[in-house]
Amino acid sequence: MRVALFVTCVNDLLYPDTGRAVVTLLERLGVDVDFPTAQTCCGQPQFNTGYRHQTEPLVHRYAAAFDGYDYIVTPSGSCAAMVRENYPRIARRATTEGRDNGLTRAAATTAPRTYELTEFLVDILGVTDVGAYFPHTVTYHPSCHGLRTLGLRDRPRRLLQAVRGLELRELPGAEECCGFGGTFAVKNPHVSTAMGHDKIHNALTTGAPILCGADNSCLMHIDGLLRRHHTPLRTVHLADILASTEEHPYTAPEKTGNLR
Amino acid sequence: MSGTYLGLPAFPQAARLSTRDEQLRANLRHATHTIRAKRATAIAELSDWPELRAAGTAIKDHTLHHLDHYLEQLETAVTAAGGTVHWAIDADDANRIVTDLIHATGETEVVKVKSMATQEIGLNEALAEAGINAYETDLAELIVQLGNDRPSHILVPAIHKNRTEIRDIFHTHMAAWGRPAPDDLTDEPRDLAEAARLHLREKFLRAKVAVSGANFMIAETGTMVVLESEGNGRMCLTLPETLISVVGIEKTIPTWRDLEVFLQTLPRSSTAERMNPYTTTWTGTTHGDGPRTFHLVLLDNGRTDTLADTTGRQTLRCIRCSACLNVCPVYERAGGHAYGSPYPGPIGAILTPQLRGTTTALDASLPYASTLCGACYDVCPVAIDIPEVLVHLRERIAQGGPTTRHGTKATIKPAKGHATERAAMRAAAWTLDHPAAWTATQRLATRTRALHPRRVPGRTASAWTATRDLPTVPARTFRDWWQHREPDPKDSQQ
Repeated sequence: MRVALFVTCVNDLLYPDTGRAVVTLLERLGVDVDFPTAQTCCGQPQFNTGYRHQTEPLVHRYAAAFDGYDYIVTPSGSCAAMVRENYPRIARRATTEGRDNGLTRAAATTAPRTYELTEFLVDILGVTDVGAYFPHTVTYHPSCHGLRTLGLRDRPRRLLQAVRGLELRELPGAEECCGFGGTFAVKNPHVSTAMGHDKIHNALTTGAPILCGADNSCLMHIDGLLRRHHTPLRTVHLADILASTEEHPYTAPEKTGNLR
Repeated sequence: MSGTYLGLPAFPQAARLSTRDEQLRANLRHATHTIRAKRATAIAELSDWPELRAAGTAIKDHTLHHLDHYLEQLETAVTAAGGTVHWAIDADDANRIVTDLIHATGETEVVKVKSMATQEIGLNEALAEAGINAYETDLAELIVQLGNDRPSHILVPAIHKNRTEIRDIFHTHMAAWGRPAPDDLTDEPRDLAEAARLHLREKFLRAKVAVSGANFMIAETGTMVVLESEGNGRMCLTLPETLISVVGIEKTIPTWRDLEVFLQTLPRSSTAERMNPYTTTWTGTTHGDGPRTFHLVLLDNGRTDTLADTTGRQTLRCIRCSACLNVCPVYERAGGHAYGSPYPGPIGAILTPQLRGTTTALDASLPYASTLCGACYDVCPVAIDIPEVLVHLRERIAQGGPTTRHGTKATIKPAKGHATERAAMRAAAWTLDHPAAWTATQRLATRTRALHPRRVPGRTASAWTATRDLPTVPARTFRDWWQHREPDPKDSQQ
């Protein structure tokens, strides 16, 4: 089984620890994971802002970078959704505009092979207990594209519930958007901030010191609000929790304080 | 659409003010969360909800595909039943037709059933200019009208008001319109409803002309269908001598049998009720019963242009249930007025820019008034993929492209104010298509990380940093780590 990691541009630059956690986790589960360096970005920022034409080269790039792998795994529900939902759409639209240029093939070969991390673990590897240890209380925010576009349902929760030492608390209003929405965060900053504050308020009512998510872009928005107000709540990506073991426990990234 | 909405600020500016209104946000949170929870329960009772949703979608799509045929069938049936059909190309056309019809009766007062179509065309304002008073009879519409306000929700137009505010409106303004509110009016719902009932009863008994919309028009029989909760609509539809119905052409369904699907999905999606309290149907005129004259004004106003767009046309399936508003996190914070049209929320964000075009700053801002979270698509009883249409309209605004305006194909230019974004997106797309350039960009970001300020100038950056810290750029990118990773001992053994 040839498995490639699609780390995503946000993780590559801003959250490299999440990518490392995925590698650690998958290797622990016996998966030989590769990182094709020709990968860049899925094109979601461009597509969702209305620049469909500019996503077309990125569809080609993605298909070329991941050619030959059985599975493409990514720790981001929205990037996985972009490939699975929108690549075929981009190809169809290009075809109706009279220029296929191999987009149909690029979309058809990549979309079915692309998996969000929790899907890959539960559906392909068939595991929910990944042997993790994380002795903290956690509440989980299911990001919208993972939840609704990919239909991840309870997969992330099942994985978290199997983590030794972890207490999972239900997040009130869990299925409500955190207000990130890509360029929405800067085009409508006031609504975005209001939504983020409500998400944080709900998380604080659980009493859990950690808000876990499976999409670092949403967590970047939430974390930015938390840090501005010095709120005692930390955001941690699901992969970091699943990679954490008794021998190699999770350590917080620099400059963001220590776990309580 | 209505002239009352002209010149309103773009969505982000309007929302900047409304998100600060704590009372408004509390009213909206309470109301939308209540309806949302009730709706979920009402839907969960039906084991065949997915099938009903698919059936509603299929009926609407089929009708839209053959709309020319069904509209002609409808016209024939209405005419045969003693009604008169008028075709209105746009708002001005429709307002002129209705004004002329009322003038012909010699009346200067009309009662109205709550109608989205007449709000869309600004009929009340047009009638006022022609010296005709139009009285809204739906309780929430009455509140909005008395308060000289605008509706902020499709189903609950006064959702932004709490009962104390409503009591004050009744107290201050009812007398100017007819029977005043009692001096000792409390803010108890029962008292408020009684004051409205007495006030409206006068209007119903006096009016000779009524204006309505319709939820559905059945092509095979020429029957109009109105669903409402209070019974005030039925008073309007049965008491006056003349009834004028203004209805969007997309409200057509082929047969009575098709109605069965929507009579299940609409009440559950909108009011979370299993069955609609008042469902009124009428076919032309009937001797000795109901209005003696019936006029149907079929409204286009941008609908055939919308129909011409293969992605956008699904918007016309909308049955105005407002389920998407009640689950929308953006609507909940921004309020309905920020959308600057009678159609707020997710459906308004796609319907309004298609009906009105995207030439004003407000209309061009609407497709961006969403995080694309997809909650609206999930609850839509006719499966309108609202996020898909939002992105489609964003493309039209950001990059221009083909569209149909007034029945003619046109290629529109990108909206103003997107030049910087366009250049940035182009540069980003180029960089991301060249891994070496992407690596160099990342290297620059990591090497200069000590210099990154917490707050950054520039419109886009400051929109982020006004409320949020930027993430700290780590010393190494993932790709850098991967390339310098210790080789796996297993690999070297092989």
